[in-house]
Amino acid sequence: MTRRMNEPTPLIKCRQLTLGYGSKDIVRDLDYEVNVEDYLCIIGRNGSGKTTFLRGLAGLLSPKSGSIELCDGLKRSEIGFLPQMNVVQKDFPASVREVVLSGNLSRLGHRPFYGKEEKARAKKNMERMSISELADKSYRNLSGGQQQRVLLARALCATSKMLLLDEPVTGLDPRVTSEFYELIKRLNRGNPEKGTEPITIIMISHDIREAVEQASHILHIDKERQFFGTVEEYKKSDAWKMFK
Amino acid sequence: MSLADYLQYDFVRNAIIVGVLIALCSSLLGVTLVLKRYSFIGDGLSHVAFGAMAVATVMKLSNNNLLVFPVTLVTAVLLLKAGQKAKIKGDAAIAMLSVGSLAIGYLLMNVFSASANVSGDVCSTLFGSTSILTLSVKDVVYCAVISVVVIAVFVVFYNRIFAVTFDENFARATGVHANLYNLLIAVIIAVIVVLGMNLVGSMLISAFIIFPALTSMRLVQNFRGVIICSVIISVVCAIIGMLIAIMCGTPVGATIVVTDIVAFLLVYAVGAVAKIG
Repeated sequence: MTRRMNEPTPLIKCRQLTLGYGSKDIVRDLDYEVNVEDYLCIIGRNGSGKTTFLRGLAGLLSPKSGSIELCDGLKRSEIGFLPQMNVVQKDFPASVREVVLSGNLSRLGHRPFYGKEEKARAKKNMERMSISELADKSYRNLSGGQQQRVLLARALCATSKMLLLDEPVTGLDPRVTSEFYELIKRLNRGNPEKGTEPITIIMISHDIREAVEQASHILHIDKERQFFGTVEEYKKSDAWKMFK
Repeated sequence: MSLADYLQYDFVRNAIIVGVLIALCSSLLGVTLVLKRYSFIGDGLSHVAFGAMAVATVMKLSNNNLLVFPVTLVTAVLLLKAGQKAKIKGDAAIAMLSVGSLAIGYLLMNVFSASANVSGDVCSTLFGSTSILTLSVKDVVYCAVISVVVIAVFVVFYNRIFAVTFDENFARATGVHANLYNLLIAVIIAVIVVLGMNLVGSMLISAFIIFPALTSMRLVQNFRGVIICSVIISVVCAIIGMLIAIMCGTPVGATIVVTDIVAFLLVYAVGAVAKIG
């Protein structure tokens, strides 16, 4: 928590944000700010709009009203997104290397193929996620935990600033889950010795206890009320008391 | 006559060149279609192409493709849009469109055809005709040019197509215009369906697209490998199928598709045995 004593630099500002599909509002009038190096967990019941909200941040859904402002020179294409797994991927014949490399897509510009730089970036991120030895393995044959690492390495190819994760530990066993949380925490802290910058994390979690344990900030979305603040503030709030 | 004797004829060589090109192009996108659950688009399109072909025949157009291609293209875009929306409604819409075009096509051909052998015409439009054996040099060049364009577009956009196939949401989030590439995929399929109709007929072209992809997905574990392998399987099956068809006088399209099926079953069987053993 010490580094948060310094003046925080905002990375994302949401003002009166309303998101939804068709005529249905799912997230209403949300006001909050995410600062550089924050670790924000989004919690709330199923169907409360957590994923909708994340899709809004990832640029997959335009706000119905209000705004999402990216600050500090952050570009939309520099947000690393880790969506929930889809059915297509279960039986998808792609090597780990191909999947990770595809995270560099926004760096291609108008070039058709990946160059040395993108390949080096993919290699570096595979090493960072300790999946280098899996590079030629097929994605569909990996365990759930390994697959999440692959998707994380891919997201890291797209970003060095911010990660959006949508319930990344769903379906992982407890040991792999805690390993995964540890990994996210390391990415959030960064490693000056290895020259990796701290990465801002925004993660949807269905495990409130774990979220409070891991995150620096909490966004609690529910039909009746919304809470946004630091973990300390959250622990004093009604929402937390109700949960306990 | 031996095989070498057959290959001396220009028409046999032309047929094989065109067959190989169509097999190559149609197998390129098969993997993407299967993985994206878009197989139905190929199927729906071919039915619509049949309907359009019937209308074109009745209108006595100088070149049927002038009508068939635009109609198929528009349908491809519509089917894509329908497929992305509510799953069940999209399904029903496609079923309606397919069967509807079949019925209208057959009706038109029956009522308006001046030909003495209506059922023969219908049959050859549906299941491919022997016209593959009467190709002119112009036809071969036309087919080659379109094939080169399809292959070039696929290669240039390969990395984008991969990203959009594997994870559309991620691709979108990193700023890829996923809809544009879905559209591109639909357009290429429309081109392939129209191109392939002459060889295998409108009913069988989706088998051309799907079978090699399914076979090679059982063999290879990475995306690029799967595509290369499916191209090889498709081309080899097309050559074998065409040679058998020419030598035994069987229908060209159906023979190639049966060869594709045999290849699939072989791979399936070997895989099953390997699993047990």
